[in-house]
Amino acid sequence: MTDSKKYFTRMGDGSIVYMTEEEIRADILAGVKDAADRGKIPPLTQDEMDHIYSIVTMPGGVVGVEPSRAIVTSNDSGSDKISTKCGIPVERSVNAMIHERVLGADSVDIGLEDYNYKTVKGVAKREAAVLKNALNKTTMPLFYGAMPNLGFYTKPDGPVDNWAVLLPEGKIKEALAAQEEAVEHAVKDIVYVAEQMYDVGADGFQLDTSGAAGDADFLVSLLATEIIKEKFPDMGVEIGMAGEFVLGMHGRLKYRDVKLAGLYPHQQVKLVEQAGASIFGAVVNTNCNMTFPWNIARVCTFLKACSEVATIPVHANVGMGVCGIPMCENLPSEIVSRADRCLIEICNLDGL
Amino acid sequence: MRMQISQKMRIKEAKQYVADKLGLTLEEICDVVTMSEVREDRGFGLGNFEPYAESNVGMEAKFKIAEALGIKINSVERFKERAGIK
Repeated sequence: MTDSKKYFTRMGDGSIVYMTEEEIRADILAGVKDAADRGKIPPLTQDEMDHIYSIVTMPGGVVGVEPSRAIVTSNDSGSDKISTKCGIPVERSVNAMIHERVLGADSVDIGLEDYNYKTVKGVAKREAAVLKNALNKTTMPLFYGAMPNLGFYTKPDGPVDNWAVLLPEGKIKEALAAQEEAVEHAVKDIVYVAEQMYDVGADGFQLDTSGAAGDADFLVSLLATEIIKEKFPDMGVEIGMAGEFVLGMHGRLKYRDVKLAGLYPHQQVKLVEQAGASIFGAVVNTNCNMTFPWNIARVCTFLKACSEVATIPVHANVGMGVCGIPMCENLPSEIVSRADRCLIEICNLDGL
Repeated sequence: MRMQISQKMRIKEAKQYVADKLGLTLEEICDVVTMSEVREDRGFGLGNFEPYAESNVGMEAKFKIAEALGIKINSVERFKERAGIK
């Protein structure tokens, strides 16, 4: 009996694993089935699963698509990453220029280190001044970005009672009311910040990690987008998600008669379109305990369904811990480039 | 990217739009050598450029891009307003 050839790949936490063809194909099938069952969406075809297998096992440290299939990039807190993540003290408008002229980015966002709109509200005009400097010096589109981050509106830091405290105490009505009140505060803050950014010429406005605090958090992004697009039609909005599934922290909230709790990407994107956003940032969570073939097959099943129903551009969030990317700080390029290629060739995505 | 943000065009439609407006093929707009020449010739700005007086970068490049693509760029519009040229 001879040993089957084993291929280098990784687990969802980034650790190295060697797998046979049989094991990889079994994991791809299992990932597809998991997504199809959870999302109630069609599974990938056998040809698509074979294509994922070929991308997972193809030689090379970095793989890529044909030049004509290249897509564009957007990001979150991009202009702060060189400073915050790399520890290089660079002013954010310079940071944007580095993204444009050194890193070859297609866009970047200006964002505060404390990346949420409640904090930005107090310094919004100063933030707008940074964006204005960057806009004068760069050619690519620039966003202003932050998170709705509804949890910041709870006591003692915020104005409303903390629903995460009220719920375990059985105070259900109070917990629901607190979330509804927080939505109003957050929408008001976001629209105020959007006005400052529009006034200095922002190309786009980024509502990042939407839904992080559950369905009320996602509702904030939808309602704020609606108002922003009505007031500032020349400024696009990108809604990026926090996870693949909208958590029902409230459970009863609806947007245009659609219950938000439990929505998957192919359903989320339709509401994002209705709100008037230009770009949907889709997320599928990485499972650290499963392999890359399992994770990326699952991601492609969800995002193919999302891309097929979308009428607006869909950008996959391909950062640490989402859309097949391992949950580790220093990302392995052989996995990142394989994830990107799968997303472009199988899901026909518009950006990353 | 601009066609995605401002017109909600998906990637294929956006590439075709840009190619048509610039009188180029899809292959050409994805080619770094071709586009470097086009961007330099038409004043769209380059990622890297020698510091000579004719180079367009930043706002002046965006004026040219808005005109060539037939779109409004918010920062250009706000610049015109503030400069009193609108």
